[in-house]
Amino acid sequence: MSEAMAPLPALEPGNTPFWTGGQNGELLISRCGSCRRWLHPPVPVCRFCLSTDVAPEPSSGRGAVLTCTVNRQPWLPTLPPPYVIAVIELDEEPDLRLTTRLIDIEPEDVTIGMRVAVRFEHVDDVWLPLFVKEGE
Amino acid sequence: MSTNGTGAVISGIGQSAVGRRLGRSGLSLTVEAVLQALADSGLDRSDIDGLSTWPGSSGPAPGFTGAGVWDVKDALGLELEWFSGGSETGGQLGAIVNAVAAVRAGLARHVLCFRTVWESTAQTAGRRASIIGSGGGRVDGSHQWMLPFGAVSATNWAGLLAARHFHEYGTSREQVAGLATTLRANASLNPKAVLRDPMSVDDYLSARMISEPLCLFDCDIPVDGSTAVIVSAAEVAADLAGEAVVIDAMGSALHGRPYWDQYADLTSMASHDAAKALWCNTTLTPGDVDVAQLYDGFSILTLIWLESLGLCGKGEAGAFVDGGKRIARTGELPLNTGGGQLSAGRLHGFGHLHEACVQLRGTAGERQVAGSPEVAVVAAGGGYLAGALLLTRRR
Repeated sequence: MSEAMAPLPALEPGNTPFWTGGQNGELLISRCGSCRRWLHPPVPVCRFCLSTDVAPEPSSGRGAVLTCTVNRQPWLPTLPPPYVIAVIELDEEPDLRLTTRLIDIEPEDVTIGMRVAVRFEHVDDVWLPLFVKEGE
Repeated sequence: MSTNGTGAVISGIGQSAVGRRLGRSGLSLTVEAVLQALADSGLDRSDIDGLSTWPGSSGPAPGFTGAGVWDVKDALGLELEWFSGGSETGGQLGAIVNAVAAVRAGLARHVLCFRTVWESTAQTAGRRASIIGSGGGRVDGSHQWMLPFGAVSATNWAGLLAARHFHEYGTSREQVAGLATTLRANASLNPKAVLRDPMSVDDYLSARMISEPLCLFDCDIPVDGSTAVIVSAAEVAADLAGEAVVIDAMGSALHGRPYWDQYADLTSMASHDAAKALWCNTTLTPGDVDVAQLYDGFSILTLIWLESLGLCGKGEAGAFVDGGKRIARTGELPLNTGGGQLSAGRLHGFGHLHEACVQLRGTAGERQVAGSPEVAVVAAGGGYLAGALLLTRRR
């Protein structure tokens, strides 16, 4: 288990599967049982078909960098710069996105479109879905 | 120049001292701005029957808000028929949109609207205003999808948009330098601006990076200050002392998803929806705009507003601001004529509103745009916050 580098999410019933799925190595994303669209952030209703049959399902945990920024400013004493913040589009469907931090890569080597895969970091009761370059 | 309009006008404007580390309370700044607006309008305190503000009395960081509805109501002994204060509106200008709606519904005749910040003093007090969730506690709501990954500053969120805009359209820092240097030149003519020394393109390009591709000079500067305007029903404003500015149209639509990372087109976001709504509510067109006051909490947000409002083509804002010639006070579209938030200070949208009114009234002094501008567009917000106003000079 690691020390917290940045503020952690407050766990509540709606978000716990997403933030703890990493315990089993799974990136759990909400999905509509009716129209089968993926939904993130987690919600109790599908915004496409209004079905309330929505539950977390394991995703591939793989995707591509949609956009990214190298943070150079020391905002947090526990997380020294530089570090790379990225929005990932997951493989499951277009526009299924989440924001994350890329690790184990030099900031200069990150490009938009780069393939990435999830790697969980266990902090307290949370498994943060960080991402690494695919194949690393 | 005027179309049917909203039926509401801005009947008075006021602005407190603006500066770094003024060491004054938010309420003190607010009262200064409000009393100025009252005197400007010729209205009596007893005429004010509505109050509207953004974001109300609570904000996400120290100094983000200087006063709420209750503070001002009590301090000035107002008797209110209608009031509203909150952040879940079409950006900061949502406070104006609400006031116009209240006036048109007959709930109030003269609505005092204000926005106060004292972030500079709050930072001096040892608290950082520029990052969220720095108290060490856990985060919830939309912040939980950003902060745990180190995306703790709005600079990071805006940096993600800028990187995508640069990627899709070839926008470059060399182009954006034209925006930053032009606004600094404008600020040099604004006595209230906090950064008035000239900035060269080299100064901009050599500034340290905050969140790539955004450097220090792509970020606005926290200040202390308050701006107040009075929104009045058009039919009663005819009798007033001040020169009223007509609120021709407003846009506060939100169609896309309300997250910094989930809006389908990361290079436009909610500004697209608000701008589209604005032009649906008027017979004027982007070509009629004489002066533009567009939110510049981060430089990329101004580029996005330029495109969203149709003041240039989609993806062409970088080229539009390149060199600064088109957006200079003497250019085809004078932009952020008081220096904007990048150089004058972060009055959070209301500084832009104030400057638009000043320019339409022709009282901007040294920085007055030539040719008596008749139509001004004001837009505020970024990400999922967005609102826009079209203002016209009264005939």
